Amino acid sequence: MIKLEKRPQPSKAWTYLTPLLAVALTMIVGGALFASLGKDPVVAIKTIFWEPLFSEFAFYYRPQLLVKGAPLVLIAIGLSLGFRAGIWNIGAEGQYIMGAIVGAGVGLAFYPMEAFYIFPLMVIAGALGGWIWAMIPAFLKVRFGTNEILVSLMLVYVAEQLLASASLGLLRNPDGHGFPGSRNLRDYASAHNGDLIANTGMHWGVVAALIAVIFAYVLLNRHMLGFHIRLTGEAPRAAKFAGVNPSRLILICLGASGALAGVAGLFEVSGPAGQVSIDFNVGYGFTAIIVAFLGRLHPVGILLAGALMALTYIGGEIAQSKLGLPAAAIQLFQGMLLFFLLTVDVLTNFRIRLAKREVA
Amino acid sequence: MTGALLKLNGLTKAYPGVVANNNVSFEIGKGEVHALLGENGAGKSTLVKMIYGLVKPDNGTMVMNGQEYVPVKPSAARQAGVAMVFQHFSLFDALNVAENIALGMENPPKMRDLAARIKEVSETYGLPLDPYRTVGDLSAGERQRVEIIRCLLQDPSLLIMDEPTSVLTPQEVDILFETLRKLSAEGTAILYISHKLEEIRTLCDNATILRLGEVVGDCIPRETTARDMAEMMVGSKLHVPERTGGDIGPVLLELNDLSVPSPAEFGTALKGIRMEVRSGEILGIGGVAGNGQDELLGALSGELLTKAGTIVLEGDDVSQMGPVGRRKLGLLTAPEERLGHAAAPDMSLIENAVLTGSVREDLEKNGFLKWGKARTFAETIIEKFDVRTPGPGNAARSLSGGNLQKFVIGREVLQRPDVLVVNQPTWGVDAAAAADIRQSLLDLAAAGAAIICISQDLDELMEISDHFAALNEGRLSEIRPAKGLTVDEIGLMMGGAHGMEVAHV
Amino acid sequence: MDFSSINPVLLLASLIVAATPLLLAAIGELVVEKAGVLNLGVEGMMITGAICGFAIAVNTGSPVVGLLAAAVGGAVLSMLFALLTQYALANQVASGLALTLFGLGLSSLIGQGYQGVKPPSFPRFDIPVLSDIPFLGPVLFTQDFIVYLAFFLTLGVWAVLKYSRAGLILRAVGESHDAAHALGYKVVRIRVLAILFGGACAGMGGAYISLIRVPQWTEGMTAGIGWIALALVVFASWKPWRVLLGACLFGGINVLQLNLQAAGIAIPVEILAMSPYVITIVVLVIMSADRSRAPASLGKVFHAGS
Repeated sequence: MIKLEKRPQPSKAWTYLTPLLAVALTMIVGGALFASLGKDPVVAIKTIFWEPLFSEFAFYYRPQLLVKGAPLVLIAIGLSLGFRAGIWNIGAEGQYIMGAIVGAGVGLAFYPMEAFYIFPLMVIAGALGGWIWAMIPAFLKVRFGTNEILVSLMLVYVAEQLLASASLGLLRNPDGHGFPGSRNLRDYASAHNGDLIANTGMHWGVVAALIAVIFAYVLLNRHMLGFHIRLTGEAPRAAKFAGVNPSRLILICLGASGALAGVAGLFEVSGPAGQVSIDFNVGYGFTAIIVAFLGRLHPVGILLAGALMALTYIGGEIAQSKLGLPAAAIQLFQGMLLFFLLTVDVLTNFRIRLAKREVA
Repeated sequence: MTGALLKLNGLTKAYPGVVANNNVSFEIGKGEVHALLGENGAGKSTLVKMIYGLVKPDNGTMVMNGQEYVPVKPSAARQAGVAMVFQHFSLFDALNVAENIALGMENPPKMRDLAARIKEVSETYGLPLDPYRTVGDLSAGERQRVEIIRCLLQDPSLLIMDEPTSVLTPQEVDILFETLRKLSAEGTAILYISHKLEEIRTLCDNATILRLGEVVGDCIPRETTARDMAEMMVGSKLHVPERTGGDIGPVLLELNDLSVPSPAEFGTALKGIRMEVRSGEILGIGGVAGNGQDELLGALSGELLTKAGTIVLEGDDVSQMGPVGRRKLGLLTAPEERLGHAAAPDMSLIENAVLTGSVREDLEKNGFLKWGKARTFAETIIEKFDVRTPGPGNAARSLSGGNLQKFVIGREVLQRPDVLVVNQPTWGVDAAAAADIRQSLLDLAAAGAAIICISQDLDELMEISDHFAALNEGRLSEIRPAKGLTVDEIGLMMGGAHGMEVAHV
Repeated sequence: MDFSSINPVLLLASLIVAATPLLLAAIGELVVEKAGVLNLGVEGMMITGAICGFAIAVNTGSPVVGLLAAAVGGAVLSMLFALLTQYALANQVASGLALTLFGLGLSSLIGQGYQGVKPPSFPRFDIPVLSDIPFLGPVLFTQDFIVYLAFFLTLGVWAVLKYSRAGLILRAVGESHDAAHALGYKVVRIRVLAILFGGACAGMGGAYISLIRVPQWTEGMTAGIGWIALALVVFASWKPWRVLLGACLFGGINVLQLNLQAAGIAIPVEILAMSPYVITIVVLVIMSADRSRAPASLGKVFHAGS
């Protein structure tokens, strides 16, 4: 019988190995899934993980990696702060939407004026939009002890309705012949988040994501606030004893993750997506949860995990068009990754032993 | 005594890195009260878990009533007539007494019949209990009764009691002993686990002494001195803490009519607590667990804020100040629960040194941490307090209880507090470490600090305190000089028998 | 605006139809949480149940077989959660989220090719005599049998938790797994069984949506009902009868807002559509004052060795 035995302290080696092991297991089981769908598993896996990087069209796919990875990393960095402290914001999708609506709204309010300060204002507005949306569960938790998981999630559905309302009403393009959706920000230079270097996919969101990674790294490793965040997650009573104010921490963690999700939404809507439309959001807010865990809630890990997840998005699209692999299979593949990661995580804190049957 | 009830032959149980029991053999006669004596970590708990079917021995056999006894699970042990009262109660706070008792029985009768039997049995043995009360609302002594009644309802032939008196006042101990003597007279054998020598001398017929997992001797307690038993148990001469006796100086900490509700669901509110502690003084606060000890520590540490003016530290009102501010002013604390409260289990000792040391040891600047300095501080604690660990980078949970407690106490003592409050400073700690910790408290007081020591170990309090008071249902008794207090007086300060009746034997 | 199109009998009857999937999922989750486990994957198990039930019902032509398949599908998915949290000792919040993300992906994969297909219809089950009672008859006694099943399931859960030994043990495990373990109860086994029960209930709840309430298959069609079911358990303070009450309340809000939309009331559609979620938040806030009834071990990891 297999027995788990608690390690005296977490294994450093397994901390780094478990994500790799999870990816390997996902490839094996995912391959089996693709085989059951009648696709050659080796070809499918290669298409997803190899083609975007090294095929002859890689020059086209590589910029896409940055475009997809940036919002995932931005959101996941924010989420990881809360997750570390045991504060569960799972409504990043809603904060992402609100950031996009508010940020784009500010930009469109200036239309057609051109000015250098419009885009920075939009970024601030996007952050505020996400921040306010995250402050709702934060405030309710601090004031009434309401469960932030359920509230933040419910607010995703509310935000989706507001998005529908905005793209059909308030922000609808007056010159759009009645079609839903706002003006295309790509046609509005002051509000457009374009490539900083042409055809690299390098937009402001990528820069922001890198800054967020560095900032989070310093915060968690060098700063008292980061120490308090980690302490609260590991031992809430000890944190209180150390002098941490739990309410303040909730407001900070939820606020930061909301603001980051908000700017991610703004960068997306003003760049790659181009306009506020009913379905401009594609679930980055949820995929970022996978990214945060896959990166072991560590800033550098999240950067790598974001890149990997972006790869599966792009590789998945290629596999979809070339091999006819259903999009849902890729979604399942990503979900599987989180599953395996959580499973093999046990190795970090426990040793597995084959033992005689133990009583009780 | 009519022959052996249970014989243990060469029981051995090893865990990775430690042999918990090595070739343990002894026997318990019918109706005998048999003491199992040993320090923390001597292997007493593992041994009784094997008898109770919670742990399977690697080697060795047990014989009950002449037949091989192999309990594969607790219910099998119960069926064989073995019942156990746990040290950390195995009770469910949110359920009522009858439900709790039903859970410990194989084939419980209908709830109404069970309730009637609980009333009947509890009164027969002088341990009255209301079957419909919620267990979370009961006192520690009453909770223990629930466990005992649960055992008695099964007519056990062997009753195992793991450190039963640690939660009782001296008067309640007397009641318990009456009950146990009555049971023994009716033919029930009792395996009595303890490290309290005087109790064993009053109650037990025979004693087996364990050290580091092995039987190191046996004796008839009534004919053996406590000192001889202690030396068998510890294996060396005990170091008795010495007082150098500093001068008692001015009042450093004052509590004025401190009342505060408990933040915990089944906690105890503090009611009108007044005290003064002076420089150089150790104030011992006794009391049965759950009478407001955690709340008092929380109110002093700053985790629990109280009304303005209730806590005054050297002239400053700190009642509304958080833990960091109080530390800055020199009021330091060490809570009872080491893992998860005083220290974060999965964090390194360096990080745990930062946990309370950041302000006074200057481990941060503008919010940025000085890890190098923190490591030095952790290393100093490890060295000065003889903490056994491979290094400061190790996780707190990898340390043994005694070593971690030395680290926790050392962390506070080395920050040179003006006032230090400790809760259960030597709970679950081996004798040598306990002596070290007590000595460090005495030295700190001699150097002019005021110390409040909250503890359930009366021997400890009598050894180190200048003054003594007791917590009872959230109220603090009158504070009296510790010297010359009798056990009876202490017991009455702790609330006497809490209105419980003595068994009518 | 035309309120006359709203028929109170139909409104109440459809309220019950809207409440049933919520009730099924929530009563299952209640049992899981009573055992001390927080499974946030209800949404994922519901949507998996919805497609399993739908696909099997279409392929076998039997809605009853479909319903059973949904229960099995939900339970199999919850088994993954059980493996993760009870054997690999993973964080329950993260595992529940993983389950939902996984379930959404799995369901849309299975659901390829079932869009636009019509499932076999469920036989209605008119209770003789009772269904002839005016007003109450058509509201309460002419429903399909799953409505009655859900009701009796609630009754059963209530009775088992309150009066039976199995229920007592389940509650004990949820209160303190360490104490239960010390008394020799198989904490992990009991929790796994509770999780499977919860999965089966959520699966049936999902199938009720795809087979009866809508009835067709669209991706993500549970639209947060699983999450509302989780909120419902909190709302009900872990009491079965209050789950029933809450399910009717939320079902009522949903039906009412749909009817108001249809009636063309002067409130924007989006506001009406978001109302169930907003009301859920409001109710959560009101109920969060009373948290004393939560099982004490809820969400905590149990490892026998530690």
